[in-house]
Amino acid sequence: MEKNTLFDKIWDAHVVKSVPAGPDVFFIDKHFIHEVTSPVAFLNLEKRGIGVKYPHRTIATPDHNVPTVDQDQTIKDKLSRMQVEKLRENCAKYGIELHDLGSAHHGIVHVIGPELGITQPGMTIVCGDSHTSTHGAFGAIAFGIGTSEVEMVLATQCIMQSKAKKMRISVEGTLGKGVTSKDIILYIISKISAAGATGYFVEYAGSAIQSLSMEARMTICNMSIEMGARGGLIAPDETTFAYLKGKQYAPKGADWEKSVAYWKTLKTDDGAIFDKELVFEAADIEPMITYGTNPGMGIKVSGTIPSTQGMEGSNKTSYLKSLDYMGFAPGEAVKGKLVDYVFVGSCTNGRIEDIRAVAEFVKGHQKAENITAWIVPGSREVEKMAHEEGLVKILEDAGFELRQPGCSACLAMNDDKIPAGKYAVSTSNRNFEGRQGPGARTMLASPLTVAAVAITGRITDPREVFGK
Amino acid sequence: MAYDKFTILKSTAVPLPTENVDTDQIIPARFLKATEREGFGDNLFRDWRYDVEGNPKKDFVLNNPTYSGKILVAGKNFGSGSSREHAVWALYDYGFRCVVSSFFADIFKNNCLNIGVLPVTISAAFAETLFAAIAANPNTELEVNLLQQTITLLATGASESFDINEYKKDNMQHGFDDIDYLINMSAEIEGFEASR
Repeated sequence: MEKNTLFDKIWDAHVVKSVPAGPDVFFIDKHFIHEVTSPVAFLNLEKRGIGVKYPHRTIATPDHNVPTVDQDQTIKDKLSRMQVEKLRENCAKYGIELHDLGSAHHGIVHVIGPELGITQPGMTIVCGDSHTSTHGAFGAIAFGIGTSEVEMVLATQCIMQSKAKKMRISVEGTLGKGVTSKDIILYIISKISAAGATGYFVEYAGSAIQSLSMEARMTICNMSIEMGARGGLIAPDETTFAYLKGKQYAPKGADWEKSVAYWKTLKTDDGAIFDKELVFEAADIEPMITYGTNPGMGIKVSGTIPSTQGMEGSNKTSYLKSLDYMGFAPGEAVKGKLVDYVFVGSCTNGRIEDIRAVAEFVKGHQKAENITAWIVPGSREVEKMAHEEGLVKILEDAGFELRQPGCSACLAMNDDKIPAGKYAVSTSNRNFEGRQGPGARTMLASPLTVAAVAITGRITDPREVFGK
Repeated sequence: MAYDKFTILKSTAVPLPTENVDTDQIIPARFLKATEREGFGDNLFRDWRYDVEGNPKKDFVLNNPTYSGKILVAGKNFGSGSSREHAVWALYDYGFRCVVSSFFADIFKNNCLNIGVLPVTISAAFAETLFAAIAANPNTELEVNLLQQTITLLATGASESFDINEYKKDNMQHGFDDIDYLINMSAEIEGFEASR
């Protein structure tokens, strides 16, 4: 019998047709849209005189540009307001389900999909956003697309893409204390580089991955794109089923039993061949932080910034340009450096577990004087739980400012910008130049490390604070 | 929505050897707020091209009148990060019709092909040859021949072939896009959807 990977099984089941010497016509089960990458797609549909083929397969929410204060009021920024209004208009016109600002399930698109149980094993999921890979945590093929492809999905429910190569990354063993799934993914990217998985779809496996909660798995799959991968996925298991059971859009009753029986078949066959296999040991992973301007530029918090030894030409020039932007020098330690902002949020680490971890860490303590601390829940549901569990009180007592749900300072399309030259330690996914505001200097880390930085005001290993 | 046909492009080139240029650099997020596909070229490489007051930065290649052309020769891992097609719209709107690099990010490359900007992947050695030739003579011309799948440095005849699948090649030559193709197979897609 043919041995297939999990990726093969889902991909092959969604190919409507393979174009000779060309891509596959690939069917999409669920399509998420937001206000920034959809308006031109809708506009082009109008120009072509066609509509949305299967509106029930698309779900919308405004998240990228929305303000994180006064969401009950009209959006002040004119262009952002126009994009959000356009999304409302398009959803109403074509009958697309919209989770609007202020509604019970508003939030970052990659947070609400799983939360509502829309994201399920075996599905194909796309969105005009590269962090769509998040949904791969459920054993789905999920990836980001461009606006032309958003238009294709709206018009036909298909896109045309060639099947990616397959890579398996296994992480074996037990994670140390204070080491989180964010550290796992930052560690992997630092080992293989920001382009190390380009052309591949990654399956994460191994005992350390299997031991993770759904939320922690989402953090890992979310950042697959940061090593260039088309997407990443994890085989569904009892943890996945337990998370989905009872969710609003999850199958119910007999359908549930039937679905679980199918989902249990969604795993890589023993002996299936990957184009590339990598294995890492969980015990080698420590709390991680980035020091440069792409997510591959990461080191352990206690480490030093690599020297330029062995670099030459544009490789060395690009490296030094990056360190210059960050205000760092080769060979320096990062621990102890002063920080100005901390940001907890985004589709990477804006879920309730992340907020719980930060709250537990800072409980009874005060943020450092030099720190401005923002905490932005990934969704209204997360915000609600944070209130109900008393986390908001703990965080506000510690000096954190709680804002309303949205992408916020992860990409600074709204007013949540880090000022030029300032250092922000963020739970988000990208440390690109200007990502969190023009001139802003971003260092990516786990929620625990960010909590430790908030308390000490400096780059800190979370294991060295309060004996935690 | 048909786009420009691409067969043979002969042009001078703009060099940008920086590695890992992400789409946030090509067009920063704060300029993604339009609801139409217009005017993105003005903000191409915004924060590398202009200072905070909006004055052109003299050391950035797009502000150097010595270099111009419809071809951008870029460093390794070009177009990484965000899936924003706006990055390609900005390159197109500015006047680029072809981007050359030794390594492209996946989504960016797909986005290029979807709007008719040709991504040409060459070897790292040939990229070095091109950067050196352009530095030595900014008026040096390149010929990108889609039909032959070759890129040639005209002054020396140094040439390399590049890959593109037959389907996309045909689309680029005729200015067809994927939606035309997909709409023509509606019946098959409907049958597939009904079986889900």
